[in-house]
Amino acid sequence: MALSDKELTEIAYLARINVKEDSFSSLKKELEQILELFEELNEADISKVEAMSHPLDLSQPTRKDEVTEENEREELLKNAPSVQSGLFLVPKVIEGET
Amino acid sequence: MELHKLSLIEQLEGLKKNEFSSVELTSHYLKRISEHDEKLNSFITVTEEQALAQAKLADDRYKNKQSLALDGLPIAHKDIFCTKGIKTTCGSKMLSDFEAPYSSTVYTKLDDMGMVMLGKTNMDEFAMGSSNETSHFGPVCNPWNHEYVPGGSSGGSASSVSAELAPIATATDTGGSIRQPASLCGLTGIKPTYGRVSRYGMIAFASSLDQGGVVARSAEDAAIVLEGMSGHDSKDSTCLKLESPDLTSNLKSSIKGMKIGLPKEFFEKAMPAYVEKSIQEAIETYKSLGAEIVEVSLKNINLSLPIYYIIAPAECSANLSRYDGVRYGYRCENPKDLEDLFMRTREEGFGAEVKRRILIGTYALSAGFYDAYYLKAQKCRQLVANDFSDAFKTVDVILSPTTPGTAFKAGEKSDDPTEMYLQDIFTIPANLAGLPGISIPCGENAGLPLGMQLVGNSLEEDKLLQFAHSYQMNTEWHKQMPNI
Repeated sequence: MALSDKELTEIAYLARINVKEDSFSSLKKELEQILELFEELNEADISKVEAMSHPLDLSQPTRKDEVTEENEREELLKNAPSVQSGLFLVPKVIEGET
Repeated sequence: MELHKLSLIEQLEGLKKNEFSSVELTSHYLKRISEHDEKLNSFITVTEEQALAQAKLADDRYKNKQSLALDGLPIAHKDIFCTKGIKTTCGSKMLSDFEAPYSSTVYTKLDDMGMVMLGKTNMDEFAMGSSNETSHFGPVCNPWNHEYVPGGSSGGSASSVSAELAPIATATDTGGSIRQPASLCGLTGIKPTYGRVSRYGMIAFASSLDQGGVVARSAEDAAIVLEGMSGHDSKDSTCLKLESPDLTSNLKSSIKGMKIGLPKEFFEKAMPAYVEKSIQEAIETYKSLGAEIVEVSLKNINLSLPIYYIIAPAECSANLSRYDGVRYGYRCENPKDLEDLFMRTREEGFGAEVKRRILIGTYALSAGFYDAYYLKAQKCRQLVANDFSDAFKTVDVILSPTTPGTAFKAGEKSDDPTEMYLQDIFTIPANLAGLPGISIPCGENAGLPLGMQLVGNSLEEDKLLQFAHSYQMNTEWHKQMPNI
């Protein structure tokens, strides 16, 4: 199972992780090794099984649609790297002149 | 008196009888931590001030005859459990300054029972690793020999309990992260049935596999704390709707006539002679206690490793998408736009192993590959679970080694991820099937301890602890402590 540079770039972009070009070859080798492991699953007969969702086959619990959390805005903003006027601050996302 | 030589149960008795106070006990451990942890690096944060305050409150309750179930007993918490107002890092640069705005259910439950937190233990970054070498806060040493790893990811918890810097510690297990370090550090480590212990406030790695538990010095000690941690929690939708199980009443019952299964697929493989010898001796001990030994077959067990390395990274890639540098955690310097902020924050904030797993998981879930990888793995996972269900029709527990061998040297496997993954070959199947598993010390080689694993049927933690306790009543392995 060989990964191309293009594939690695695409995966890294999907994962939003910057990968420096000088680490491409070592990373590709490591990922290929892991992907090779997966080929062992090809021998399994899965024609008669359903995909497992929960080890104990639980149904999804539901609850009343009521607000249970208190407003903890200040508390939650304490951990934010950058805040302005009670909001998370990020670089400009809308293009054009300001 | 050397308070750290007492078991947790004995410490509780001592507190009840006022032989010593919780402040004395807590100070004793804090002193040991300050004396020995510089070498071991088993703690990321030591919460001395809070611990002494909690201990004082416990002593007051004893004085007023209002003591709680586990009042005044010290404990170390893996730094994956959120603790309000105290740093929770998950071993990552991404969360190196993170103070959770709420506490995990595990912490809250044990706190409500009076347990005193000594600090937060070191771990592999985001619980991904088998050697505790991937922590942003540096590697942890094995107290038995400092050149060797303690195992992972709960390496700090295991190292601290093994070095008697804490009488017990919480831990988590996604593919073996409680049982493997327990084996490598000579401890009793139990991962309960999936859903027994709430995952609320336990930082997520692979949600369908993650489960909290403990590392302890005996099955008896593990039982009282696991009982306190377990039970339904409406804040975790996958937590079982069951009350906390009674894990202590049955502990001393005889295992006579009960059946132990030996999976032939595990025993067909070549294992080091010392592993085989230790396991055979353990089997003989169980026979002498009246257990019956039966061969069982788990015919799809060999698929476990590839299944795990699809499911765990896939779920991790989804869970870790929340670390984007916007709402909390690390953010890169001077991002030029939002995309750059995401890309560089995640490049700089995550370590190599975490990034590797996110990339693998992203690949496995990407368009066109979902059926070939994740869906297939979930189907194969059912095959493994079915094998266990069949086996438990005839046996009570399944016995195997916990790890392929004793601890390895630091740096020995860190260059080859797939070599490292083999550490969990015996432990992963229980996570895939959601079953409880325990590791118990059963031997040694060249001064390093080794564990055996027992896997039980769903919800049968009590039986696992009963088997472990009866073994420990008749052997000395769990009593051996490293000379630190």
